[in-house]
Amino acid sequence: MITLTPLKQFKYPIHAECITPETFQGKTASEIAKLPLNEGNKPKQLGDLFKIEESAAEAPNIIINGDVSEVRHIGQGMKTGEIVVNGNAGMHLGEKMAGGKITVNGDVGGWAGSAMKKGLIEIHGNASDYLASPYRGISEGMKGGKIIVDGNVGSDSGCYLRGGLIKIKGNAGPFLGYHISDGIIYVEKNAASRLGANMVGGKIVVSGVADELLPSFTVDAVKPKVKIDDTESAQGPFYVFLGDLAENGTGKLFISKANNPQIGPIYGKYL
Amino acid sequence: MTELIIKNGFVFDPLNGINGEKMDICVKDGKIVKTVNEHRAKKIDATGLTIMPGGVDIHTHIAGGEVNTGRMVRPEDHVKDAVAKTAITRSGTGYSIPSTFVTGYRYSRMGYTTVMNPSMAPLEAKHTHEELNDIPLLDKATFPLIGDWWFVLEYLQKGDFEGCARHVAWMLDTTKGYAIKIVNPGGLESWGFGRNVHSIDDQIPNFCITPRDIMVGLAKVNKMLNLPHTIHLHTNNLGLPGNYQTTLDTMQALEAVPNDGKPNMHITHLQFSSFGGDGWGNMKSAAPEISKYINNHSHITADMGQVIFTDTTTMTADGPFEYTLYSLSGHKWVNSDVETETSGGIIPFHYKKNNAVNTIQWSIALELALMIEDPYKILMTTDHPNGGPFASYPKIIAWLISNKARMATLKRCNKKGQKKSLLPTLNRELSLYELAIVTRAGQAKALGLKNKGHLGVGADADVAIYNVNPETTDIANKYKTVRKAFRDAAYTIKDGKIVVKDGKVVMNVDGKTMWLDVETQQKCEVDQDMRQKFKQYWTIEYDNYPVYDHYVKVPEVIPIKASV
Repeated sequence: MITLTPLKQFKYPIHAECITPETFQGKTASEIAKLPLNEGNKPKQLGDLFKIEESAAEAPNIIINGDVSEVRHIGQGMKTGEIVVNGNAGMHLGEKMAGGKITVNGDVGGWAGSAMKKGLIEIHGNASDYLASPYRGISEGMKGGKIIVDGNVGSDSGCYLRGGLIKIKGNAGPFLGYHISDGIIYVEKNAASRLGANMVGGKIVVSGVADELLPSFTVDAVKPKVKIDDTESAQGPFYVFLGDLAENGTGKLFISKANNPQIGPIYGKYL
Repeated sequence: MTELIIKNGFVFDPLNGINGEKMDICVKDGKIVKTVNEHRAKKIDATGLTIMPGGVDIHTHIAGGEVNTGRMVRPEDHVKDAVAKTAITRSGTGYSIPSTFVTGYRYSRMGYTTVMNPSMAPLEAKHTHEELNDIPLLDKATFPLIGDWWFVLEYLQKGDFEGCARHVAWMLDTTKGYAIKIVNPGGLESWGFGRNVHSIDDQIPNFCITPRDIMVGLAKVNKMLNLPHTIHLHTNNLGLPGNYQTTLDTMQALEAVPNDGKPNMHITHLQFSSFGGDGWGNMKSAAPEISKYINNHSHITADMGQVIFTDTTTMTADGPFEYTLYSLSGHKWVNSDVETETSGGIIPFHYKKNNAVNTIQWSIALELALMIEDPYKILMTTDHPNGGPFASYPKIIAWLISNKARMATLKRCNKKGQKKSLLPTLNRELSLYELAIVTRAGQAKALGLKNKGHLGVGADADVAIYNVNPETTDIANKYKTVRKAFRDAAYTIKDGKIVVKDGKVVMNVDGKTMWLDVETQQKCEVDQDMRQKFKQYWTIEYDNYPVYDHYVKVPEVIPIKASV
């Protein structure tokens, strides 16, 4: 196990693609200290910015103690192993991750779990915008794996989702699940406007209040519960909406009936 | 001034009939000369290396409105391919749509020295020239889209070919263009009304003419003006299964224009016009039908439009075709209507090996290149970036020269596509001599560029030297060596200056922009009627419209005397 502790309060963004279990594998603390990264536009080494300690314990592979909200790309592309961050983490955490686990005991920046394929990310705080969404312009989003956020998430989360599960225990910002084609997004509290815009497949479940429904969705049924994964179901009843019809989509929006009394008078007659 | 002598290389210069002879090439003041003072001249020892004229590309979308819009909608294309600056070169980005500087560097490191930007909406002419000015190391020219231009349609409707010719001459001067580009004739005008044309005899809305009238009419105009290149044609029904019949009709229609044994039409990206079958499910290659016709007729040249299995961006003035692609892929789509002139569309597209249609497309282009016997008639392009980025040319070279390379790729393709491919029946392998034709000599000949594509005395000193020894290398077997050699030229010489060495740009020079100054006996009058129309139908005033001479940074004006 390697423990990293920031030596100072970082002022500039740090691009630390090197912080993954694979890169650290089989290296001694002094070798790890020589791994390259960038602080702002200056090339540096890991040891310049972090105190690095080695211990005999097996798991997790890497622990980061302290505020690393300026450190980006932690666990990018990792395939196995475990990273624990005790503090806030920066943007692109676990981007394109293909396995293993990342736990953050704090908040994360944008693009956490961006376009990930497999593995698990647990965020015991809030997540910023673009959670699980691919980088700008790319239309291949998260393909598999699981992201669990205890707090709230920002806007444009879960865009272009193609598989896997995103579970948000708090509220979600606007444009949640933009253009998703498969997979499940489960929001236990409220979701803001433009929910599921352009979705062509997949499921979005909102147990709280849905701020606004796009007119390009049509109500289909009322269902008592929705299966989230093998161990969990969300209890309804839920209105089921189909859409986005602007994209000839066959996605499903599940909106809590109890928490959204505004829907009944408008859509009830079509049921 | 500077003198240069390239000693002892194996020279492939098809236009002068030189096939791998060991000889010296002498350069003085940017031109090829007979001899130079050996003591004074800089020497390049090319022992064991292949020397060819600098590469020429007849069709590559590298500048202009749609290219730039393509850059804007594809940030992901830039993220994955960033190029850092060096002491000599500038930084840039872009895989399928590289920025202007990177375009120049990448072409140059493959030994290319002249490229043609084939599609310029006249309204975007100023923008196009601004970008061309910024592309280093290459000589360039650009073709204005004339096929659906209202004035031309009006002249053709009246049957006034001479008036049309004068107008086209004015257009070439106004846009600083080099040739007549026709895209889906009639279809673009129809697209303004949400429609398309489906055969060459469909009527165009609001005009009493057909695509046939446009193509034949402009081919006649092209002849009257004595333009160096023929009409540059993107056929109707492009990219649709069964369109080979339209292509055959088009080629037959052009038989009506007398040609004295010389080409009078160039069909560009022929692969996209050679689909058989009648739906995507039973789409197949129509290369045998097309190549049979071309083998028996002398009035056609064409280029391949090879598909590369990669993530690229399609962009064309053929708006209705891009709509078809959008319906198929649902990808982000740009649609534009360029006022009275043309249309345009952009869609990212990923050609995949595991897709049957893409495999057949890949195969069709190679089948055409191998089945058309005369290499001067079928030139190597990808229709960059529509079939794939131009940086993939070395891959196509390997496929052309080596059956082994083709089979290696084919066996990794879609099974259904493999069954429909005719490549296993074709054993032809191009020699280096033929390769020099399809990549430079033939291209320069088709374009009518007198000083390009050959190494005779008086030619521009644009030379490419590749690290292939034709005496000791069995190119068909060692296709990987050849592929590597053509990816990183040992030397690229532009106007007598060494600009690339061992695949690295070592010097930055500006390339020229060629345009035609066509002199007609009677000038086209920009009369009150025309100005009035600009006022009514264009978003800019006539006076802001033309590309004035000072706009072109390094111009090379080619004077042409028209016969009208």
